[in-house]
Amino acid sequence: MRESFLTRTITFYIPLGAFLVFLLFPFYWMLVTTFKPNADLYNPHLNPFWTWHPTLDHIRFLFTQSHYPSWLWNTTWVAIVSTLISVIVSLLAAYAIQRLRFPGSGTLGVSIFLTYLVPPIILFIPLADIIFHLRLFDNLWALVLTYPTFLIPFCTWLLMGYFRSIPHDMEESARIDGANRLAVLWKIVLPLSLPGIFSSTVFAFTLSWNEYLYALVFITSPEKLTVPVGSIIELVTGDVYHWGPLMAAALLGSVPVALMYSFFAEHYVSALSGALKD
Amino acid sequence: MNAVKAEAVLPRPARRAPLARLLEDRTALGLLFVAPAVLILAVLLAYPFLLGIYLSMTNAIIGRGGDFIGLGNYLSLLGDPLFRLTTFNTFLYTIVACTFKLVLGMALAIVLNREFLFKRFIRAIVLLPYIVPTVLSAISFWWIYDPTFGIISWTLRHLGLVAHNIDFLGDPALARLALIIANIWRGVPFYAIGLLAALQTISPSLYEAAAIDGGGRWAIFRHITMPLVTPLTIVITMFSLIWTFADFQLPWVITRGGPNNATHLYGTLAFQRAIQGGHLGEGAAVAMAIFPVLVVCVLVSFRNLRRED
Repeated sequence: MRESFLTRTITFYIPLGAFLVFLLFPFYWMLVTTFKPNADLYNPHLNPFWTWHPTLDHIRFLFTQSHYPSWLWNTTWVAIVSTLISVIVSLLAAYAIQRLRFPGSGTLGVSIFLTYLVPPIILFIPLADIIFHLRLFDNLWALVLTYPTFLIPFCTWLLMGYFRSIPHDMEESARIDGANRLAVLWKIVLPLSLPGIFSSTVFAFTLSWNEYLYALVFITSPEKLTVPVGSIIELVTGDVYHWGPLMAAALLGSVPVALMYSFFAEHYVSALSGALKD
Repeated sequence: MNAVKAEAVLPRPARRAPLARLLEDRTALGLLFVAPAVLILAVLLAYPFLLGIYLSMTNAIIGRGGDFIGLGNYLSLLGDPLFRLTTFNTFLYTIVACTFKLVLGMALAIVLNREFLFKRFIRAIVLLPYIVPTVLSAISFWWIYDPTFGIISWTLRHLGLVAHNIDFLGDPALARLALIIANIWRGVPFYAIGLLAALQTISPSLYEAAAIDGGGRWAIFRHITMPLVTPLTIVITMFSLIWTFADFQLPWVITRGGPNNATHLYGTLAFQRAIQGGHLGEGAAVAMAIFPVLVVCVLVSFRNLRRED
């Protein structure tokens, strides 16, 4: 049943084109604004969709006149530390729940999954109270401490799905050959689960890079902020929106996540759909 | 005599150190492995959750524990016009946005399920709105909706469709619309990729059989595709309902709850009362308003996750 070019255009090319324009335009807009000089940016007589005088002024402003370099560093540091903690903790938990099958492991798996569905909106007020009493207000450790609350449930869930998909056989034959559980874990399970560890690391990193609410509530000093929080607070002075630097901040803040994602896009999509299916 | 002999030839288990024995015991090792996760989640998730319920029944302010006032906060919220408006806004936002996300997400999934050039690449970039930091793309929407230099106004003016710039974020109805569009933009890829995964589990032979039987496009979609993807569609929708209902980033960045509080959601109101106003107790009570919807969505998605197995 071959369809005609006309049918294919109407049922496929036009809808796909419309979706792509809708979904990608905000990124295109970031890109154009980032490189457009102020003179063009605020001139209503020019065609705004393009720029003939690309400039690096806005990026230069970001790196010399704002705390953007510190924010980049803070966001990266927090994302790396909280991702490391969460992936290790989740790996152990997921293996235990999925493979060791001790009494109560099923219920525990379900409960950990449940915690993933508790939105930060419900938790940020009591967490603010706790952070205050721990004297961690305005300290990046507050973020390292709180980000695992959404990273661990997610990574554990993802890795449980992954462990379910790798066969028991090799593990069992190694056990019969007399290897102890730790040796099996280290030499057989760990190498087999590397793709799963990869995708949960990428996921956890992007999730902590994107976090906004906790960073907004727990951090106040300009130089300690993260990229999402700092950009909005510092690049809007009173009623003046520095649109060029704002868009440059948005673009550069999205690039690390988009790059990371592009390397693992296949993993990402299959992990997401795999996690949903289980 | 025989028994003693048997023990003598099997000395290994007895000689093992306690640690080695612990490692051989499924239950002990299992508990040891889940301990860090359980501990972290108990202290930083379960405890705060209970503390939140307690705080919502106190008049605590930042830095000072308050007195227990029972349901006082909840009762005063029921009589608070802003809380009622927020309730209306939150439901409107969630229902409209999720309906469109479901319909558009399904359409995009069906389009992406076909064979075409650069399929993998296009499937990957379609997910971008869902991947990049929401706050950063929200800034882009903010700029797109700008009253003076907004690109939509510019385009409409140059097409001769409007005479003056439209102040998208200055008018209550338009601001709601603008915010819902931003939410749809962010959520459609999640639905599309999830539904695409569901579509791909359907065996092509089913479609071939239906085509031989003379089924039209719509009949095939209605009687084969829909029933098969329904369980996963419900799960995806429930997740999305929770996240949309508890949204904070988009409304906070794009409208700050304005104009005239027309876009205040539970999240932004809780933040405003608890952090900006300092009334932790009252803010916690606002945040707890999400709880009933959360429970319903979780129960529904669980029923459907089970059916999947």
